[in-house]
Amino acid sequence: MRDMRQAFGATVSDLVDQDDRVAVVLAEISTSYFERAIAAHPDRVINVGIMEQTMVGVAAGFAMEGFHPIAHSLSPFMAERPYEQLKLDFGYQGLGGTFVGVGGSYDYASSGGTHHAPADAGVMLGIPGMEVLIPGHGDEMDALLRSTYANGRPTYIRASVATNAEPHRMEPGRIEVIRRGAAATVLAFGPMLDRTVAVCEGLDVTIAYATSLRPFDGEGLAAIAGEVPVLITVEPFYEGTAAPVMTAALGDRPMRYVSIGVPRAFIHAYGEPEDIDADLGLDEAGLGRRLDAVVPMR
Amino acid sequence: MDTRMATLDDVRALMARATGDEKHEESTTSTMDALWVLYDRVLRIDPAEPDAEDRDRFIASKGHGPAALYAILAAKGFFPADWLDHFLEHGGHLGSHPDRTQVPGIEASTGSLGHGLPIAVGVALALRAKGFRDQRTIVLCGDAELNEGSNWEAILLAPQLELGGLTLLVIDNHSSSLTMQPWPARIGSFGWDVQVVDGHDHGALERAFRVRHDDVPTAVVADVPEGEW
Repeated sequence: MRDMRQAFGATVSDLVDQDDRVAVVLAEISTSYFERAIAAHPDRVINVGIMEQTMVGVAAGFAMEGFHPIAHSLSPFMAERPYEQLKLDFGYQGLGGTFVGVGGSYDYASSGGTHHAPADAGVMLGIPGMEVLIPGHGDEMDALLRSTYANGRPTYIRASVATNAEPHRMEPGRIEVIRRGAAATVLAFGPMLDRTVAVCEGLDVTIAYATSLRPFDGEGLAAIAGEVPVLITVEPFYEGTAAPVMTAALGDRPMRYVSIGVPRAFIHAYGEPEDIDADLGLDEAGLGRRLDAVVPMR
Repeated sequence: MDTRMATLDDVRALMARATGDEKHEESTTSTMDALWVLYDRVLRIDPAEPDAEDRDRFIASKGHGPAALYAILAAKGFFPADWLDHFLEHGGHLGSHPDRTQVPGIEASTGSLGHGLPIAVGVALALRAKGFRDQRTIVLCGDAELNEGSNWEAILLAPQLELGGLTLLVIDNHSSSLTMQPWPARIGSFGWDVQVVDGHDHGALERAFRVRHDDVPTAVVADVPEGEW
């Protein structure tokens, strides 16, 4: 099974071959995935070195000339370090481009907090018009990239090491109902789906799956959640990241809403991402405990 | 006014109609001559078709003090001169930093410093990828704007990408609190061909702008000392 980063490299290399309006701007990260593309299309696949602000500015220059730029780095250096370039060069100027961050939240756990980015999706939502996509499988990365790279809008795609076992046929905005129940609606984002399904065993809940925060099918969620919803979002990024999207979708009805995600505190621990999951209550055991507190019916 | 015959006096008259941005007056007046030479003698941009794909590109990176640029664009016919009467006004199109979505002839929305030069590198790369070998990409930065580190990323990058079509115009009105001179040693050490000229000398400015190499970017530093703003 391809992981999301491999899928990103393969899909973007394919898009560069197929569409002569695709330009790839890298900042040293993942260049090994693009050696053939760099050799085949040296005018459109550019490694600028370790300069993320300029990576995004260069991508904007390509966009101003009618190209579909794709820029990429580790999540903190894609979403946070060049934030003003994303906000102004793309958002304010009304340009389209694709920005792919790898290492969502604490994938690089052993690297410490300088390489963590659980705020990425939230800060990207702060840019008006920025689409925010959260694939949960390498095949979903492929599908989401292909469906958005040329749509003329800025799009942030969060790749992660954590993945679900099977892909779903996802497109931006779509919500897939995994199974139905009566007591609550549990909406899992991206790579949180499999563990959510596992811990909901025996609970009378609806499980739904989404791979995008913007666009988001608010009417679809309203139809799934019902007139007096109990809604739980299971998020791979900071808890509450999805809250403004959920309240916008369900603000017309009385609702109980709980977000389960990464606590908003810096992490000073190392090891593997799974170790941090366990520390933060985001492994299956911890997630089960947190869900039980909301839906005590197991 | 016949925009084909517009003069610098016409520009000055138009600038006088764009009032209210006095805090950027020095920035405006110190850029006027270099901008006039560019738009009158160097840049190949048709005001009737400002988005033509084969045009030269000009990016006003610092954005500050745009009244001279607006006046020149109006004098050349990019937009009606009476827009200048509504400079900074609600309902007008001309703010104290230019917006590409509002103003014909404005390539980039600028104002936050240090954005235009990296964008210009991307534009120059895109032009090369499209096969436009003759087109110029010229970007204006202020001397104080070049305090911003993002510019030095792009100054490092452009020569290594052999962007001969790229020209950095520095309006050095000595507004930086940090010493930026000597320009040839600083920017030149990264691989640029740097010329320093009198920022009011139209002939010297034109000659400097016309220098172009196949694979080496050029920098034109227009010196405008305090007292000559």
